[in-house]
Amino acid sequence: MEINFSHKQSAHCENGVVSNLMRYNGFEVSEPMVFGIGSGLLFCYIPLLKVNHAPAITYRAMPGYIFNRFAKRVGIKIKREKFKNPKTAQARLDENLKNNNPVGLQVGVYNLVYFPDEYRFHFNAHNLVVYGKEGANYLISDPVMEEVTTLTEKQLEKVRFAKGAFAPKGHIYYPTAFPETLELKEAIKKGIRQTCREMLAPVPVVGAKGIKTISKLIRKWPKKVGVKKANHYLGQIVRMQEEIGTGGGGFRYIYAAFLQEASQVLENEELMELSKEMTEIGDSWRDFAVEASRIYRNRSARTDAYNKVADELEDLSHREAVFFKKLKKAI
Amino acid sequence: MVKKEEVPQDKSVLESKKFRELTYAVDKNGDYITELSSGWDPKTIALDNAIREIEERVSKARQRVMNEETSPIEYYMELHKMDLPILASYAGFWKWRVKRHFKPSVFKKLKHKTLQKYADIFDISIDELKNIPEKP
Repeated sequence: MEINFSHKQSAHCENGVVSNLMRYNGFEVSEPMVFGIGSGLLFCYIPLLKVNHAPAITYRAMPGYIFNRFAKRVGIKIKREKFKNPKTAQARLDENLKNNNPVGLQVGVYNLVYFPDEYRFHFNAHNLVVYGKEGANYLISDPVMEEVTTLTEKQLEKVRFAKGAFAPKGHIYYPTAFPETLELKEAIKKGIRQTCREMLAPVPVVGAKGIKTISKLIRKWPKKVGVKKANHYLGQIVRMQEEIGTGGGGFRYIYAAFLQEASQVLENEELMELSKEMTEIGDSWRDFAVEASRIYRNRSARTDAYNKVADELEDLSHREAVFFKKLKKAI
Repeated sequence: MVKKEEVPQDKSVLESKKFRELTYAVDKNGDYITELSSGWDPKTIALDNAIREIEERVSKARQRVMNEETSPIEYYMELHKMDLPILASYAGFWKWRVKRHFKPSVFKKLKHKTLQKYADIFDISIDELKNIPEKP
């Protein structure tokens, strides 16, 4: 059985799944729109937690939050289910496919065979759509892939029941009820307000202040943990910022695209200007990535090199604080 | 950097699975569009570094197994890019218990059932679990 589902590639998996499921249900919503309304943009440092033996930093909202907020703000209902037993999980998936209902799935990346080996880490918050089954093969629309693909029953079970942080537990989700028309205006404003609130949060680990905290840490790393670890940590920051799914510049470009679209929907010229400014901020994040990669490529880094990238982050922290204050006033 | 023609098209591991990733860029009029990218060197370097880091961890773990300082479980854990919390979660054991299984003396006395559990996690036989490969 195959559902007539159109696959459209996206930068980020969760936006892409939502956007593709919405299109299937007759609503054209772009990836940046989902990301913006769902307040996807963030900066957050989680002290004490280590990912791949390095500090945990994220440039986006927690897995699942984007869709939940988006759904609430545009007035659609989502059904979510998790399972203890893989057999029940598979039966429920098959049942949905039989009813012509493509579903979103949360999966782990480590056993995702169509990813390059180098990308297969124990990251459990990846999302894809299953839109059919042919014999024992599931038809997969993975939003970050150019084309659709397939997984066997066993392969799919493995990624649905990956273990570790954010274990998916067979998680499936799909929209169940829609409004007559999508009312985007209020939803956009709500999305922007929350992002501004979070990016300006008076907490040292979140938003603009979080960026500043990281810049301070970078200055200390070479002395505190040694050059080798400092470089590994720095590399991890760059990967979180630039890896597949971010659209580049730590999601800042996707957000700039959202502001551009929002400026048209809201007929607000100021948002267009702010979109340009966000693009420039994204460019600076990329400059930071270039500088950081110079450090760990040469391995001969001196302390002033770390200070230089830390300066760049401090500047970004300042600029994002100013930016989100302006954005808050603009809507 | 973000102009359509300037979207990075460097060589990367994406090539091995024949796909490119989607990124956002602006066209001549300053409008946002999407463009495919085959990779970008600064992040390839970051990924290479992370992979090398793992390889080092694996080879260190191998050496420690050889020196009977740890059990093969730790070696396979590193080989599968896991850390203690992840392995414990797969095994369904407390972390301290997995850590205890790293002790060669404890490992030698493990029950068949426990060994089978680890072997299944790493997708290998009990024999392979007990004897790590000679050279990578």
